Amino acid sequence: MIELHDVSVRLGDTQALDGVSFSVASGEWVAAIGPNGAGKTTALRALCGLVDYSGEITVDGRPARSLSRRELARLAALVPQIPETPPGLTVGEYVLLGRTPYIGYFGAESRDDRLAAQRAIDRLELAPLAERFLTSLSGGELQRAVLARALAQDAPILLLDEPTTALDLGRQQQALELVHGLRDAGLTILSTMHDLTLAGQYADRLVLLDRGGVVADGPPDEVLSTANVSSYYGASVRVVRDEDGVFVLPVRR
Amino acid sequence: MIAEPVQAGVRARGVAPAWALCTVVFLVASLLVGLGVGAIGISPGAIVVSALAHVPLLHVHSSLGNVQDAILWQLRAPRVVVAALVGGMLAIAGASYQGVFRNPLVDPYLLGVAAGAGLGATLVITYGHASAQLVPIAAFAGATFAAICSYVLGRSAGPARTTGALVLAGVTVTAFLTSVQTFIQQQRTDVLRNVYSFILGGFATASWHDAAVAAPYIGVSSIVLVLHRRVLDVLALGDEEAASLGVNVGRVRLVVCAAATAGTAAAVAVSGLIGFVGIIVPHTIRLLVSTSYRAVVPLSLLAGAGFLVLTDVIARTVLSPQELPIGVITAFFGAPFFAVVLRRSRGRR
Repeated sequence: MIELHDVSVRLGDTQALDGVSFSVASGEWVAAIGPNGAGKTTALRALCGLVDYSGEITVDGRPARSLSRRELARLAALVPQIPETPPGLTVGEYVLLGRTPYIGYFGAESRDDRLAAQRAIDRLELAPLAERFLTSLSGGELQRAVLARALAQDAPILLLDEPTTALDLGRQQQALELVHGLRDAGLTILSTMHDLTLAGQYADRLVLLDRGGVVADGPPDEVLSTANVSSYYGASVRVVRDEDGVFVLPVRR
Repeated sequence: MIAEPVQAGVRARGVAPAWALCTVVFLVASLLVGLGVGAIGISPGAIVVSALAHVPLLHVHSSLGNVQDAILWQLRAPRVVVAALVGGMLAIAGASYQGVFRNPLVDPYLLGVAAGAGLGATLVITYGHASAQLVPIAAFAGATFAAICSYVLGRSAGPARTTGALVLAGVTVTAFLTSVQTFIQQQRTDVLRNVYSFILGGFATASWHDAAVAAPYIGVSSIVLVLHRRVLDVLALGDEEAASLGVNVGRVRLVVCAAATAGTAAAVAVSGLIGFVGIIVPHTIRLLVSTSYRAVVPLSLLAGAGFLVLTDVIARTVLSPQELPIGVITAFFGAPFFAVVLRRSRGRR
């Protein structure tokens, strides 16, 4: 569904991505992990055509460069790490903005667009909040509203940039469960994740990035080794494995 | 009767019919006040009858004498129409610029339009051997030139920093052109009065010719900006999120800036520089009605037209037969009104 082949991105004087190659199969959930500045977010931005890159990115078998912004937006929906919350916008109106790739430049929403937005709102159980202003929502509610907007985009690919950053532990789990629940429709998911344990619990595969390059790519059990985490994160950790998965626990040096 | 399907989907609020009606009533009332008030008062009824009498094939007879008719249609009507066109344009341009730059303090003169128009007018008044007809053309050319300079300069900073860079470029171009304009003005103190009267702005000399010159630009520009109202709401999400939703942000910004600048330049050419309208009108609508550009853009056009017509009435009647510069009135009455709206809106949203 998504393929990055030898993708490099320069941001000013920094080489943010340096020959990155990995792929995400249809229906798969891949989490990009790595220390701060490893290039996780840049990879997502390159995929959305928000930064210039060299190399080749294909989405749904077509070179991303050959797709117009609208075509790309119909294929991949981005959930940004810190979404903008314009004042005076209701949750319903915000979700409706997700239909933009289907609305003509000077056009207005059709009945289909309004129904699609309603479906996304119902799916994320936002109906009671639909009339509320976006700025009045709690962190967890806002996260659901942003997910609903992305869902209204009706794109087969969901790109999540640190979906759990602003949430407490319970809300983090709820958000990830929610995303997991969306997979029954065959959604392909690429997310960046800070929390390694949660990444290992929910993603099918992990891609470990460091200084703009891929250093490990495989199932969580394989990628989350003590050696990988301590050498690339510079962290002192204990990795515990049992029938519930892999747990990365920080240990005081 | 068949019941509506329960699930009609989500709707954007847009413009509530009550507010649309309010704004239209305000505009019509302002036009009637503008036409009726003056040294010779004419009642709203007489204005309507006289307007109908001018429509061919209706055979309505006006109760107005020849003098009153001439005052109404040759003096007041062009003045009211030009004030409405300029007011609507400045307000809708301000609203659009604020949307496209996501900056509430931006006004229609952001890209150096005022300074460019001022320099153009000053050049013609100073060196253009008494050619008053050339002043609007020179002002329009100067305004457009300034905006293009700002845009090119702002873009040269690279696409990632466009918004901030464009604002700074506008400030830079404004400062440079204003210094040139002041220099020329100081060389020829004999024309200072004429230059000053252009810069203060007003409608004392407004004619049907002015209205006909400005209307096409203002009409096309307003239509383009009103059509962008939904896209401006998407842009409120920021450049990156808007782009990820399929919007070509650079192109939207260029088209909106071009339309707003062309319309503003035409407005400035026929009226001089009138400040404050482009900020106060859109913000009043944001505070009273909605922050969505679906409401702000079209309602700014109507409310701005009515606002400037009323301000012009005050400017020409308060010290009659003397006229006050209209910019003084827009700020003197506009600022306290805006302060009240700002206070009353506390705690909402």
